[in-house]
Amino acid sequence: MVEYNQLIFEVSRPGRVGSSLPVSDVDKINLQELLPKHLIRQEAAELPEVSELQLVRHYTALSNKNHGIDNGFYPLGSCTMKYNPKINEDVARFEGFSRIHPYQPVETVQGALKLLYELQEDLAVITGMDAVTLQPSAGAQGEWTGLMMVKAYHEQKGEKRTKVLVPDSAHGTNPASATVAGYKTVTIPSNKDGLVDLEELKKHVDSDTAALMLTNPNTLGLFEKEILEIAKVVHEAGGLLYYDGANANAILGKTTPGKMGFDIVHLNLHKTFTTPHGGGGPGAGPVGVKKKLIPFLPVPRVDKDGDRYVMDTNHPLSIGRVKGYYGNFGILVRAYTYIRTMGPEGLRQVSESAVLHANYLRKKLEPYFEAPYSQVCKHEFVLSGSKQKKLGVRTLDMAKRLLDFGYHPPTIYFPLNVEECLMIEPTETESKETLDAFADVMIQIAIEVEENPGVVLEAPHTTVIGRLDEVQAARQPILRYTKEKHKETVKS
Amino acid sequence: MTSTYRYLPDTKQDQEEMLALLSISSTEALFEDLPEEIRLDGELNIPEAVPEPLLLKKMQQLAGQNINANQYPTFLGAGTYDHYIPSVVNHMISRSEFYTAYTPYQPEISQGELQAIFEFQTMVCELTGMDVANSSMYDGFTSLAEAASLAVAHTKRSKVIVSQAVHPESRAVLKTVADGQTYIIEETRLAGDVTDLKQLEEQVDQNTAAVIVQYPNFFGSIEDLAELKKIAAAKGVLFIVSANPLALALLEAPGNLGADIVVGDMQPLGIPMSFGGPHCGYFAVDKKLMRKIPGRIVGQTADDQGKRGFVLTLQAREQHIRRDKASSNICSNQALNALSSAICMSALGKQGIRDMAQLNFEKAAYMAKRLKEKGFIIENQAPFFNEFIVKLPLSVKEANAKLLEAGIIGGFDLGSDYGFENQMLIAVTEQRSKEEIDQFINVLEAVVNG
Repeated sequence: MVEYNQLIFEVSRPGRVGSSLPVSDVDKINLQELLPKHLIRQEAAELPEVSELQLVRHYTALSNKNHGIDNGFYPLGSCTMKYNPKINEDVARFEGFSRIHPYQPVETVQGALKLLYELQEDLAVITGMDAVTLQPSAGAQGEWTGLMMVKAYHEQKGEKRTKVLVPDSAHGTNPASATVAGYKTVTIPSNKDGLVDLEELKKHVDSDTAALMLTNPNTLGLFEKEILEIAKVVHEAGGLLYYDGANANAILGKTTPGKMGFDIVHLNLHKTFTTPHGGGGPGAGPVGVKKKLIPFLPVPRVDKDGDRYVMDTNHPLSIGRVKGYYGNFGILVRAYTYIRTMGPEGLRQVSESAVLHANYLRKKLEPYFEAPYSQVCKHEFVLSGSKQKKLGVRTLDMAKRLLDFGYHPPTIYFPLNVEECLMIEPTETESKETLDAFADVMIQIAIEVEENPGVVLEAPHTTVIGRLDEVQAARQPILRYTKEKHKETVKS
Repeated sequence: MTSTYRYLPDTKQDQEEMLALLSISSTEALFEDLPEEIRLDGELNIPEAVPEPLLLKKMQQLAGQNINANQYPTFLGAGTYDHYIPSVVNHMISRSEFYTAYTPYQPEISQGELQAIFEFQTMVCELTGMDVANSSMYDGFTSLAEAASLAVAHTKRSKVIVSQAVHPESRAVLKTVADGQTYIIEETRLAGDVTDLKQLEEQVDQNTAAVIVQYPNFFGSIEDLAELKKIAAAKGVLFIVSANPLALALLEAPGNLGADIVVGDMQPLGIPMSFGGPHCGYFAVDKKLMRKIPGRIVGQTADDQGKRGFVLTLQAREQHIRRDKASSNICSNQALNALSSAICMSALGKQGIRDMAQLNFEKAAYMAKRLKEKGFIIENQAPFFNEFIVKLPLSVKEANAKLLEAGIIGGFDLGSDYGFENQMLIAVTEQRSKEEIDQFINVLEAVVNG
């Protein structure tokens, strides 16, 4: 294949066009007469000038340099890179969903409101909560939304609590969301089994504790067996329990955060509910709450008045708006379609299969890699590259070697409490053949580390580009294209 | 036990082989660590699975219960617009190498996405006249709130002033965000259809972190950024401008008029209205703020052979490194929509985007002129882009009901957010034909005279 390494700006030639606009059917206006000179653009923005085919070739060439789930296995732990169904894409593009305006009169968008209402209901059942807001755009925004409700709840009771507890295995967004919501974060260490250390927790839970944020199963893929005891400790001190739904793929139809004692839950629809990750987004992060927190939900809320669906803003205790309009509707349409596709038994089988796949893959890899936790895992598991590190090969090197075999590597160096961590989430949508083939490659790499480490240390060998100099990128940032700079690089 | 679901590939034999390796007889054994009390005793109480052909039909019916802009011409704007999206946009973003990938953590197999974002960042810098742009934010509203938080953190001051001519939902999100932190929001009232400069001057003090205005503002009016900047600059206050990127094709770039941060939403360029989301916030700053910008940023670098490549960079700012010290918690963004807008901007091109903006100016001007001729009052005193306020002799609700009967979606009611009774905010994009505009006016005229 001919290598393509041009920016769209380098393809551009003055005078080319890639679209056609209607000819004006109304009077011309002269901006010089309308606006003061200093508000009229003096220099045109340098956007590309390309023909439609050039545009298509450019982005097709770029897509060829990108790995998605459709290209191959993508066991990125905690990201739930499962198959993104095609029907969801079709449905979200129906004009009745994609070409409706958020401020249309409610009688002209009853279908959209019905969908939102039913999705709220379904997610409430799936999480064991009493009500759901679909407004947050992503998991991190869901976390912050949840914590703002925690704050409003305590304040309503006349309490000002300042601490949010998170385990050391938590996602980085948990402590960051706590900070953005105005809380101090206290980190709770895990015990030797990789679970929340209940004794440590008890030491930190007090009348100043606003909430404990927890993923269950946690980021090590392990189920917090003492969850009811944990909930009791937090609740007795007047705190609330927040469920980070990043790992909900393990529990569908088996249990719910509500049953576990959680008060607030966010879900990542782009993880558990198959909406595409889009190269980084858009996702959606709905939040469910127990009854006592309903008054604080963001507005507007989608509600039902007889047979009619309505937008309701009349909730004086609401934390307000967290995002424009009603959430990432196009993503919500996809998740709704998925839930309807699977039904209750289907969703249960999703989790059973996801958990079976993770345990199977771990069993196959355990003889070759350090497995720091021996108990049954849920939808994902961690391995440590500590054995290989002693031989001079790091987890990063093994990840790069995986690229040579067409795999996206697992999440690496996270969670932070496992040395040289590899976090593997195979998901339920992969076939056994894929799991076996991946296991074979991992085993081959483990053998290479012992017999021929050079091939791993110098990986990747087959990608369009080698390892990139990230230090230089951060020290002398080049964050945009400029013609002048380009000329310089051409000269040198 | 064998699945009949098309997204679940395990056959009975697959399952048996996997269970055998684990020396268990059923997947139930893998859930034994769930305490008995928390297990569900039956299936989830949600509707049963629907086969694909039937589901497609059901979803079509549901979509059919909405009136879309292809059926009825829409004159709604107020932050979300019905613009032309070149066909090529949907085709390119439908390449699943883009949409089924995640954040480009592994640059060697993500060069396509990384380069596309680098190009997007460049286009945003070009339009806004700023030095640095990030890879996108959730939407224009949250982007504006993040800009305010950045300004507070940067200046170590605790007051943010926002004009009432900024989108009401932007101000609502800003208020929620500020509630979580320690800064206060003060609003500057309107002088007609623009920000009241005199009041702003009185409000700006040594404790002010930022002044936030919108360009064109919520009423479509074009604020004089040069005058506003003078007021902000006098007290060392950061000047934040929320701008419609399409309007920037013809309006002077905020960066050339003193903006320190420019935010907004790329929705007008290549992103469907989609009932309000997902859209795509953008965030651009002056280079002095480069290391404080929230979200992902892509930078250019080289591999060990010296070949040009792209990586996520300046990550020391972000939540996964800084955890509770991070000033923003944003993780995922709107990458696919940023890609849509980059493709749309490339399709429109340097001249096309200007032509499109010109059409918007002209269509709105035509409609306002015709309304004036018919005796309606246009409330805008300042020049406007593709939106303006018309005063009606009846309620907007009544007018919109009549328009709807005639197959037209009317404008935005300024009554609830501003208390401007009988005032309608009308948006006229390049999608609206002269005929549609004339029909709108005819209906309105008939209602008033009838």
